[in-house]
Amino acid sequence: MRSMNGTRVVVIGAGIVGAACARELALTGGFQVTVVDRGGAAEATTAHGEGNVLVSDKGPGPELRLAQLSRRLWPETLAAVAARSPRAADVVRAVEWDPKGGIVVATTEAGAAELTRFAAAQRAAGVRAEPLDAAALAAAEPHLTRDHAAALHYPEDAQVQPAAAAAALLGDALAHGATLRTGCEVRGARTRGGRLTAVRTTEGDLAADLVINAAGPWSGRLAARLGAPVDVRPRRGDILVTAPLPPTVFHKVYDADYVGAVGSSAEDLQTSAVVEATRGGSVLLGSSRRRTGFDDRLRPDVLSALAAKALRLFPGLAGVAVMRAYGGFRPYVPDHLPVIGADPRLPGLWHASGHEGAGIGLSLGTARLLRDLVCGAEPEIDPAPFRVDRPAVLGASATAPSEESA
Amino acid sequence: MTAASREDARRHVVVVGAGPAGLAAAAAALAAGARVTLVDAAERPGGQYHRTLAEEFGGPHDGGSPFARLRRRVLGHPRCTWRAETSVWALERPDPEQPGPPLVHTLTGPADGNGRRRRVLTPDALVLAPGAHDRVLPFPGWDLPGVYAAGAAQALVKGERLVIGDAVLLAGTGPFLLPVAASLLAAGAGLREVLEANPAATVARGWARRPWELTAQPGKAAELARYATLLARHRVPYRTGRTVIEARGEGRVEEAVTARLRPDWSVVPGTERTVAVDALCVGHGFSPQLELPLAAGCTLLRTPAGPAGEFVAVDGDQLTSVPGVYAAGEITGIAGAPAARTEGALAGWLAAGGEPAAPALRRVRRNRDRGRAFAARLAAAHPVGAAWPGWLRSETVICRCEETDYGALCRAAADEAGAAPRVTKLATRAGLGPCQARICGPIVAELTTRLRGAPPGGPAEGLPSAAPHRRPLAQPIRLGELARTPDAPDTGTTDPSDPTDPSHPSEPTDSKESTA
Amino acid sequence: MSPRLFRAPSDTPGQRPERPLRITVDGEPVDGVAGQSIAGVLLAAGRTSWRTARSGAPRGVFCGIGVCFDCVLTVNDVPDVRACRRRAADGDAVTTQTRAAEDEDAVTTQTGAAGDGDEPAVRARTAPESRGDRA
Repeated sequence: MRSMNGTRVVVIGAGIVGAACARELALTGGFQVTVVDRGGAAEATTAHGEGNVLVSDKGPGPELRLAQLSRRLWPETLAAVAARSPRAADVVRAVEWDPKGGIVVATTEAGAAELTRFAAAQRAAGVRAEPLDAAALAAAEPHLTRDHAAALHYPEDAQVQPAAAAAALLGDALAHGATLRTGCEVRGARTRGGRLTAVRTTEGDLAADLVINAAGPWSGRLAARLGAPVDVRPRRGDILVTAPLPPTVFHKVYDADYVGAVGSSAEDLQTSAVVEATRGGSVLLGSSRRRTGFDDRLRPDVLSALAAKALRLFPGLAGVAVMRAYGGFRPYVPDHLPVIGADPRLPGLWHASGHEGAGIGLSLGTARLLRDLVCGAEPEIDPAPFRVDRPAVLGASATAPSEESA
Repeated sequence: MTAASREDARRHVVVVGAGPAGLAAAAAALAAGARVTLVDAAERPGGQYHRTLAEEFGGPHDGGSPFARLRRRVLGHPRCTWRAETSVWALERPDPEQPGPPLVHTLTGPADGNGRRRRVLTPDALVLAPGAHDRVLPFPGWDLPGVYAAGAAQALVKGERLVIGDAVLLAGTGPFLLPVAASLLAAGAGLREVLEANPAATVARGWARRPWELTAQPGKAAELARYATLLARHRVPYRTGRTVIEARGEGRVEEAVTARLRPDWSVVPGTERTVAVDALCVGHGFSPQLELPLAAGCTLLRTPAGPAGEFVAVDGDQLTSVPGVYAAGEITGIAGAPAARTEGALAGWLAAGGEPAAPALRRVRRNRDRGRAFAARLAAAHPVGAAWPGWLRSETVICRCEETDYGALCRAAADEAGAAPRVTKLATRAGLGPCQARICGPIVAELTTRLRGAPPGGPAEGLPSAAPHRRPLAQPIRLGELARTPDAPDTGTTDPSDPTDPSHPSEPTDSKESTA
Repeated sequence: MSPRLFRAPSDTPGQRPERPLRITVDGEPVDGVAGQSIAGVLLAAGRTSWRTARSGAPRGVFCGIGVCFDCVLTVNDVPDVRACRRRAADGDAVTTQTRAAEDEDAVTTQTGAAGDGDEPAVRARTAPESRGDRA
């Protein structure tokens, strides 16, 4: 590894990805890490997600490798954070790490055939995917519909409370010397000889040897401000939250359609049932995907579609009260792969973004990969598929505005 | 043009809330020629102010009161559709390019039922008059059964003919404590004492401010004098500068600890007294119900009036920041029923497209302005003292639903990485429970701001700020109800087959679940 | 003493006959009068609490007007009904609810009713025994 003594790093975005990157670099030593966020830490996309740490929804390929790396890092990272102090252990308890496992259900014969093929390919790539017969499924999820064609259990899938997870990672970074500046918005770049030397912010210039763009769905706009646009756009998602229930849903249960929706690029509404309980007793019902810019208007038709799909999986939930709905924006890249690495157009600028709906799960692997690339170490997985100068990232957006209008 | 299409061409005004403001708005909108849909969660109009007993329960026939006459006139009007037992669960904002009133998504049926009827109303203008509820500042033991919000005691007397106890202590601040006391006494409850937390000097100074304004509210002064006489006759002490700082009991309230307060509401040590009670009623003013205005996109105004000091910003015509959306009553400022009525009348008339220069409006506007002056006086006479958190302990419950205590909020406030309000909420669970922060939201926001300062920066683009009153689902909806498609858009024309039609004003449906 | 019913001089009982009604609360019959809310029936019967919070603390009516959700209970198998807002109907089967962790075993998974198939309907967690204090 190169010596990094005194390298000044500005991480833009204090969501889960920024927090993970800040922690990784702060623990490596030699970096002076400053995390800046326009608002408060972890309050945007991170606080509006379900907290997925999934391998089940990813087919063989680079994203699955990143997911597998991340899945391995989650428990060991949380254990390391908790070991720092009793207060840190409390913070980690609030993360509600729950390796509950995922169950994927196909409700049609065609879907079942597809799911079986998909799982076979995943198994070849090292994912544990175990078929469940009707009796095993009824035992695992007694309230789930009996009307299904195939079901698979993914014991590696896990869930966290995402805002607490980001706070735990960020808190650990701060404990290792990083600093946090909230309410500080980045306005632009200062360069010398074509190299990024500082970011201009609402609170003055911040000198930096490295700037990491971890601004999630806003990273397209941020990159444009810095003079190196990337095609990361918002993709809206909505979630329903029920009143607290007795234990009813025991795994992350989703419809096999979900994999198709995740992989689709359609602008119009995609919904598929994703159902899981939280420690507080509420059941979260997702998920929707639509590309409508940063439009946060409540759409009752979208909520109705979510409810109808959830009831196909759990008909017994029909009488349960929905007490809240919330939505957020995922950072979407047209080829559905994160953007991790140095920007060849602007030395000093790095990106860690574009994780769409998988940012919570993929954050730790992303941070590890980024650290290895920054330090010139050999990364554990091939970073090439995530590189910045690929057509999906630079293609349309290099000339077009970096976010869509509604 | 057929009669029906002529009806369709009229402006459709949807009024949410049938209390004093909403009923007045509906009447004025009808007078201005609009079609009106009046929506309320209750079975009968009146809101909290005119809460009445169910008629089959032997309720009084107050046929001659001005309220009853107004109710008859509105509900019996051929252009009015009265939707009883109807909650607005969502407002759907139009495209930002074409700003205007939102679609109004409603559920009609027994409260919290299953299989209620879903409708979507398409207003040309919307009048929001949802009212307010008691603000209760937490204190140790406030979660014990037998501790009631002052409004609950009032509602149980007026709506259920129930007295909550025979050794009742009434405490808090504001003139509303007096009608509650009067109701309890009239119902035969044993009332121990009435405690106004503010010192007499603050109350007197607030009410005496700009005395020329008070001449415009002669009714109010007489009302206050009547209450004073009533308390004296029943030998119920009315004490100022004292409040309840703790409730104690095994499974229910058995005693209350009261203490003298300084003007800033800090407790004077050594002045604690323990009083045996079987019920305790507390109210520290009112909290406006702001979820619908927020869902419609209305701008709020902060007033310096303490924890719940946010109200809907309106112009001189009661118009909010959203075109076509009017606000009336307590959501624009706590000023009581007379002010709410004038605001409602103005809002309803203008929402219906009534002539803004109509001569009759001059008086309405003047009364409205007096009502606002009264609201300012009220806030000055009965402020919430800044030192009230002094009676909290680490283990005092702040969020009643999730039982988050004050200590948890303090610990969260010390965590730099978890400081954002939304993150704190997820970590402490305060405000995540079934009431969705209706009770604790403004309190938690106030306490965390005191502990840590205001949250940094603005919200990210597209994401709303973490306002304590933000509830995109304004009322719970059953998952099965949500999954069904609503009835065809309701343009406000009267459906003769509908049991909530005005020709059957308050026919109660037998609350049997249709899907049980 | 507990909450109790009274009659106001302005009331007009007798103009319409008072209709008695009977509901069951956790299987026990409780009598009321048509027009009362479920909270009104319970309070008039001397119960000040019927729900259990997460810590096991008892809860009853607090705000009385449908804002605080303290008083929720299950009515005819529909959970989380605000007792202060729901009119009591003769024959209503009311069950009390608890969120206390020690009642994990009391999860009800009766079959039928709300679902179309064999899947059990999801119900609120029901207290193993009545927790209301009767004075």
